[in-house]
Amino acid sequence: MTLSINNLHVSVGDKPILKGLTLGVPAGEVHAIMGPNGAGKSTLGYALSGRPGYEATGGSVEWAGEDLLALEPAERAAKGVFLSFQYPIEIPGVPALTFVRAALNAQKRARGEEEVAAPAFLKLVREASKALKMDFDMLKRPLNVGFSGGEKKRMEILQMALLEPSLLILDETDSGLDIDALRIVSEGVNALRRPDRAMLVITHYQRLLDYIKPDRVHVLAGGRIVDSGGPELALELEAEGYDKYLSPVLEGAA
Amino acid sequence: MSAAFAIDLTDAETYPSRRTEAWKYSDLKRYLRAAPEPSGTAEVGPPGPFYDLGGEAIVFANGRAVGVTDFIASGERTLRLRYVSDAVGTGHTASARVSARAGAKLLLLETHEGAGSAYVAHNTLELDVAAGAEVTRVVLVEEPEDAISIAEAHVKVEAGGVYRQTIVTTGAKLQRIETRITHYAQGAQVQADGLYLLNGARHADLTSVVRHVEHDGATSQLIKGVARDTARGVFQGKIVVERGADGTDARMGHHALIASERAEIDAKPELIIYADDVQCAHGNTVGTLDESALFYMQQRGIPADEARALLTQAFLIEVIDRIEHEGAREVAREWLTARL
Repeated sequence: MTLSINNLHVSVGDKPILKGLTLGVPAGEVHAIMGPNGAGKSTLGYALSGRPGYEATGGSVEWAGEDLLALEPAERAAKGVFLSFQYPIEIPGVPALTFVRAALNAQKRARGEEEVAAPAFLKLVREASKALKMDFDMLKRPLNVGFSGGEKKRMEILQMALLEPSLLILDETDSGLDIDALRIVSEGVNALRRPDRAMLVITHYQRLLDYIKPDRVHVLAGGRIVDSGGPELALELEAEGYDKYLSPVLEGAA
Repeated sequence: MSAAFAIDLTDAETYPSRRTEAWKYSDLKRYLRAAPEPSGTAEVGPPGPFYDLGGEAIVFANGRAVGVTDFIASGERTLRLRYVSDAVGTGHTASARVSARAGAKLLLLETHEGAGSAYVAHNTLELDVAAGAEVTRVVLVEEPEDAISIAEAHVKVEAGGVYRQTIVTTGAKLQRIETRITHYAQGAQVQADGLYLLNGARHADLTSVVRHVEHDGATSQLIKGVARDTARGVFQGKIVVERGADGTDARMGHHALIASERAEIDAKPELIIYADDVQCAHGNTVGTLDESALFYMQQRGIPADEARALLTQAFLIEVIDRIEHEGAREVAREWLTARL
């Protein structure tokens, strides 16, 4: 199973952001997407998960034998797509537990599986939250409301652990985290590595990749993948910056 | 006791139109040009949403009392007040009088239960809350989409009395739920909450006038609403603090969501203050469902309709959460949830 992105073009409003992006991520691997600000990194995450306003104008995306671009966001989620948000959304009035259970059971319904009853669900959550060193009582509070940056990211990891996605997209997961929170979140992500799961780690800085070791590193600039390599590429970028990729950006923008 | 009710259903001359300022968003005359034929008798069907909470009942069927129309509470009592309508194209008026004696504690569970179609209902309530009495009134209103209904309540709160009301409605073709509350003596506490959840072309108008006549009274009002499709929600909240009503503490909030481009919300919050030493505040917001939150929920697998319903419930539930009585609160919560 491979995430196959082929010649993907995505516009936001009238503005083309991704301009022929091609990328393959096989299950079992972790690929990092690095690139300068404005390169289209977050757009890639939104396009893969189907955010309204991010319109695919050309190309294709295939995962688990499905044409992802033809599916609604919730259908994509049921097919295993999970986008971890750079800034997880606060949802006043909906307790975190209620939210996660609604999501889990909606996915199960969509797949024709049996829903999880409340007692079994609580048991799952207790185990998962313990592993992430989360206070269980926090999960009774409205989702992400008043949570610190670290707590929000842990909440995202908790959802990954419970929803068990097969395609994980982490969008700037390290932003807003101190070093301790970064370590806990990274351990959470690493625990989710599996032979049948693909991960796409979107990040501006190399720092996160010290904790989540990628199999491949791709450079996204000007709406395309302009370079690919092993983990050493991330270290080069850290040392040299993105300057050498910037001229294609200008061309692409022209 | 209270000033006369505004409308006499048998006399079309009394129907206000939008030329009357207080009715400018709910033009009764436009929907009802002539007095309707009087409704016939009706059967009272199932026992109503509050049946399991027990207590006594005043029941009207198409305006006719099935038993008593008046109730005087002393001690701790529960009263179910049911305005049942089952008519087609006709009209009726029901009038109830309820009072809570000094020190009494009354749970007043009011329902407007409509069946049939295109009827006109006019339901009135006179309610006296004596000194030190405590009345919690929870009102659930469900009517056909083509019904016209006017509900008027006049409430008088004496010294140290506590009056709390929560109105929950899904609207009708034209629906006005008006409450006039007077802080008649010092130190009364009033909570005047409500919510509307409107689909289709429904209309609901929650209008309230709270008058502080004596000092040290407190009024707290939270109204929330959602208008979908081509529905129209109206909130008119007026708090009047008369000269001499010093020490008044009045807070009013109305917050609404417009869930469609063709829906409409009209809000008119008014604080009219003649006293010097008062604390008053009001807030009014009209917005839309948070698109980022909707996408986030869908991204986690919750289909769009379910995500909208969850967010809508989360928005409205604050009003239900403020219902003091646990049993009534849970009935109202289930009632609302079933209608999202």
